[in-house]
Amino acid sequence: MKKFVLVLTLLFSGLAGAAGGGIENDHIDIDLSDQASLQSGAKLFNNYCLGCHNMQYQRYERSFKDLGIPTELGQEYLQFTGEKVSDHIKSAIPAENAAKWFGAPPPDLTLVARVRGADWLYTYLRTFYADDSKTFGVNNKRFPDVGMPHVLQELQGTPRETYEQRMVDGEMKEVYVGIKTDGTGELSPEEYDEAMSDLVHYLVYVGEPGRLKLETTGKWVLAFIVILFIFVYLLKKEYWRDVH
Amino acid sequence: MSNVSVDTNDSSVNDNQPQDNPRRRFLTVATSVVGAAGVVGVAVPFIGSWSPSERAKAAGADVQIDISKIQPGQMIRVIWRSKPVWVVRRTPELLASLAKHEDSLKDPNSEQEQQPAFAKNRYRSLKEEYLILVGICTHLGCSPQHLANGAFEEYVEGVDEGFFCPCHGSKFDMAGRVFDGVPAPLNLVVPPYQFVDDNTVIIGSEAEGAA
Amino acid sequence: MFKNLLDWIEYRIPMMRVANMHAIQYPAPKNMNFWYIFGFLATIVLINQIVTGVWLTMNFVPSSEGAFASVEYIMRDVPYGDILRYMHSTGASAFFIVVYLHMFRGMMYGSYQKPRELLWLFGMFIYLALMAEAFMGYVLPWGQMSYWGAQVIVSLFSAIPIIGPDLVEWIQGDYVISGATLNRFFALHVIALPLVIVILVFLHIVALHEVGSNNPDGVEVKRKKGSLTEEQKTKFKMHEYYTSKYDIIDDVVPFFPHIVLKDLVAFAAFLFIFCYIMFFAPGMGGYFLEHPNFEIANPLKTPEHIFPVWYFTPFYAILKAVPDKLGGVIAMFAAIIALFLLPWIDRGKVKSWRYRCGFHRWNLLIFAAVFIFLGYLGGTPQENWKIIASRIGTIMYFGFFLLLFIYSRNENTKPVPERITK
Repeated sequence: MKKFVLVLTLLFSGLAGAAGGGIENDHIDIDLSDQASLQSGAKLFNNYCLGCHNMQYQRYERSFKDLGIPTELGQEYLQFTGEKVSDHIKSAIPAENAAKWFGAPPPDLTLVARVRGADWLYTYLRTFYADDSKTFGVNNKRFPDVGMPHVLQELQGTPRETYEQRMVDGEMKEVYVGIKTDGTGELSPEEYDEAMSDLVHYLVYVGEPGRLKLETTGKWVLAFIVILFIFVYLLKKEYWRDVH
Repeated sequence: MSNVSVDTNDSSVNDNQPQDNPRRRFLTVATSVVGAAGVVGVAVPFIGSWSPSERAKAAGADVQIDISKIQPGQMIRVIWRSKPVWVVRRTPELLASLAKHEDSLKDPNSEQEQQPAFAKNRYRSLKEEYLILVGICTHLGCSPQHLANGAFEEYVEGVDEGFFCPCHGSKFDMAGRVFDGVPAPLNLVVPPYQFVDDNTVIIGSEAEGAA
Repeated sequence: MFKNLLDWIEYRIPMMRVANMHAIQYPAPKNMNFWYIFGFLATIVLINQIVTGVWLTMNFVPSSEGAFASVEYIMRDVPYGDILRYMHSTGASAFFIVVYLHMFRGMMYGSYQKPRELLWLFGMFIYLALMAEAFMGYVLPWGQMSYWGAQVIVSLFSAIPIIGPDLVEWIQGDYVISGATLNRFFALHVIALPLVIVILVFLHIVALHEVGSNNPDGVEVKRKKGSLTEEQKTKFKMHEYYTSKYDIIDDVVPFFPHIVLKDLVAFAAFLFIFCYIMFFAPGMGGYFLEHPNFEIANPLKTPEHIFPVWYFTPFYAILKAVPDKLGGVIAMFAAIIALFLLPWIDRGKVKSWRYRCGFHRWNLLIFAAVFIFLGYLGGTPQENWKIIASRIGTIMYFGFFLLLFIYSRNENTKPVPERITK
């Protein structure tokens, strides 16, 4: 009864994106056949994200196979948890500990791209900014009050919100124009964007590892159906000549 | 208004197939063939999905075992593809005894394909000392018991160690060879395996190039 | 040899007789157009759902702990698992698309009118069972939308006075939607409801073949015995079950091969669209597979926006339009019941909208548009204007039935032709 009211209230109140925060998503084109990008993304994920987040439905083996990584190389350079290559990609930190540290267990990321979409992720990963009022010293434009540290800070450097004086409706105003790094990271802003693109590519791949295969199969199936259609259509025409 | 030309003399099951012309016949056959191909295509995922999944394959992957702790005469059991696998370290006396009862065996020379090629010998093993068998009776799939120190003598006179299946009384010697006069038709299965080094065996695959 | 075997069987069970009567020598009006393919397509989709459903059941784990993971297991680990799952999920939406078109056809050509009232009722019961089936199936993957969708729908029953709250607990088998709910929905989804649907489909077809297919002209092709000359009767051989009772006018074709071939052409075209979606866009941008449903059910966190899957959204909009809980639930069920009563609400004697008054045509088209518009309103985030719009839409939805009831009594119809016009 109460839940029903709660749910309906949520629906009626017209919450426009509770975790939205109001900024627009940056668009990213995903090319799942770009294995170099996927490999780089897998490396980033396993080095930076896997510390806390699981990919508990995906096996290392599957990622290695689909990304064209030889098993030995993959196990040596990309597999830091589990023993066997057939193990699922799971964080070394038990979920209970993580829940204690962060207040909530870090979500599993196997399907995050299917939940959030590539554009959301691409924007989210590039809009962390320093904010001393937060527990982890950072906040996020795409996901305000996000409860995680900016793990990629060593790559990006310290990101800060930047404002410019602009004329808005005839008045000078401070306008938010984006995130700028202080340049202390290992990567240049362009390289960082590129790296985040790779990471998003990998997340999109893991969300649906069978996608490319499905599309290949799909093309053959559609071609077959066209042939079937032609024959059935001609046969139908032939028989219906009887009827006028 | 109707140009129907029905062959009214046709008394077959369906009288509604008039005008047997070559074009019609060709199209009927061609469409049927394409349709049949489609049915076969649709069947592929349904049939294919019954094959072992990635999970099953992961669980059925090769098993690596340490044999350094096995004492002479001792047997250990490991699980490979959810089946019991026996590893027995045979003593020289036991190996010597294997030749003595070959008269009463069904297939003493392992003619039947129950082992990798490397184990087609009297000892049915890669290294004589180590016997590695899938511990499932070739009759109806029970797991036989290992009877040692003369306990087997109760079942086969003069042989003091062997495997006895409690389900239907099948008997095997210490090379997994089946005795005459029991329901099991074949010797016990030797799984593919390889020695990585003196102390380590991998069950599930043969060394490359092993013939 | 083969013939002997067939005779042997035929003597013991009327296999060929039934096939001839219902699938081969069944007289079908020759002018059945595009709109007449959807019954056949619905049957095909039903078969698809049953077969892929059986296969999915082989790997699905019906428990709150295992369900979500087992779906991902099917998607990743089971050979061809993703194809089987997408066949089933795409099939669910396809089912409603063809069923809605099938129903609209019936409304256009008056296929619910005398003597086809029972046929229409069986169809409506299929639709009702299908909605229950789809709802319960949607709960099974145990994602966020599964959970919260179930929460909202089950909570509808709490609007019932006095017994409501207890009824909800009884349906859930717990104080919240839980593993117990999932398990009973699973049982109903895979066994009970499919059985009901198959039986209803059987009855639907038996009833159809008893009264005969309607057609875009709404002209009956079965005439009183002895009322037609030999010249006027069909030249095709039809089953004596029909010819012994009626004279069949020369405006029909046999079901096989003519109608079957026509249906197969439609089937191939349908299959192309179906497979395109299935292989290239199985989520259909979040309409067939909703994005939040890729997140495991979390009883502590409601998704930002929750909607039922698209095929329920028109009724959901009606539910939301009424600013009273019980009233909303009543309005929603009334919207479905009104469809059930259509054969009696429509008092007209002319079936096809071709020969009915122009107002009827507009009334029906607007009804269809309102239905789609309500679907849009129920399936997108709430905004203020949408509340007003859905109220207007709800009034228009029921207005269709009310107007139909009024004007159909003394409708200014056009003359219905004696024969099918082509």
